[in-house]
Amino acid sequence: MTVDHEPVSTADGGEPRFSTWTGKARGWALRRLPPDKLLPEGQPSYVSSWIYVFGMGAVAALVYIIGSGIVLALNGPTWFHVSSLGRFINSTHLWSVELFFMFMVIHLWGKFWMAAWRGGRVLTWITGMLAFVVSIVTAFTGYLLQTNFDSQWIAFQAKDALNAVGIGAWFNVADLGQILMWHITLLPLAVAVVVALHVVLVRMHGVVPPLEAAASDAQLSSATPNPATESEHRK
Amino acid sequence: MLGIQQTDAGMPDPGIYFQWGDFLIQFGNLVVIATMVVLFILALVIPFPGRRSRK
Ligand code: HEM
Repeated sequence: MTVDHEPVSTADGGEPRFSTWTGKARGWALRRLPPDKLLPEGQPSYVSSWIYVFGMGAVAALVYIIGSGIVLALNGPTWFHVSSLGRFINSTHLWSVELFFMFMVIHLWGKFWMAAWRGGRVLTWITGMLAFVVSIVTAFTGYLLQTNFDSQWIAFQAKDALNAVGIGAWFNVADLGQILMWHITLLPLAVAVVVALHVVLVRMHGVVPPLEAAASDAQLSSATPNPATESEHRK
Repeated sequence: MLGIQQTDAGMPDPGIYFQWGDFLIQFGNLVVIATMVVLFILALVIPFPGRRSRK
């Protein structure tokens, strides 16, 4: 019996055409993100600068934040507000957030001043911006969970802003149970998804060449142009 | 240790503030911003440790 859905080679011997949606999706994914682009072994020489480390610094901090957050959530406030180990893990959770935001902001400055949205990278920039906004909301809900005078003050100030934009009834800073759920489920998930998309987009497009790179640079001219994202340059 | 420590029940520290005219900033926030600016400049000037040389 013959198999119906074998990929059909195009007449010009180019890429195979797929007839099913699964095949088409696979073809699309392989075209946009071949494995050697997803997990490359080398990067162009201009990437050897400390400024390119801060994106991964933010990822590393985020991994610790999520890991320590899981430990805190599973043990609960009667542990992390009282026992010395609990308080320690609670503190490292907060300090990794401080590092996360510092790395993210330095990363943002770096990408801003190298205009890293060039060459079809606009979605990378937009997902980065989204990561920034969603992270701020996540951190905000975290500060509300301290259940001390600080968090009470923050909630008291915030309620007016949230009511003014008309969402106070659904996102109620006075409802600790609701804020806890936002903080430990929906928002971290949203940050993780946006960051994953962001990093995949970086891999799809390759690292943007520096502003001062001349079009005649060997590294750029040896790059194979990608029809899907023209004006792409990579090694 | 046993029980919640006393500082938890106390009022938060009022904090240290700096003011230049209309510009007012809390000490901790100033430290964070200054640290980021310093790290950014260092990232641009400190050479990245080289591995194998690349084309
Ligand atoms: C949750 C926070 C973020 C994480 C974890 C993150 C992670 C990363 C990583 C790992 C890279 C690749 C390595 C690098 O160049 O550093 C990258 C690249 C990039 N990021 Fe972010 N990022 C975040 C936030 C942002 C923000 C706020 C912006 C700007 C609005 C942004 C814009 C970009 C751009 C445009 C690139 C591509 C650079 C290129 O193609 O050369 N990112 N990001």
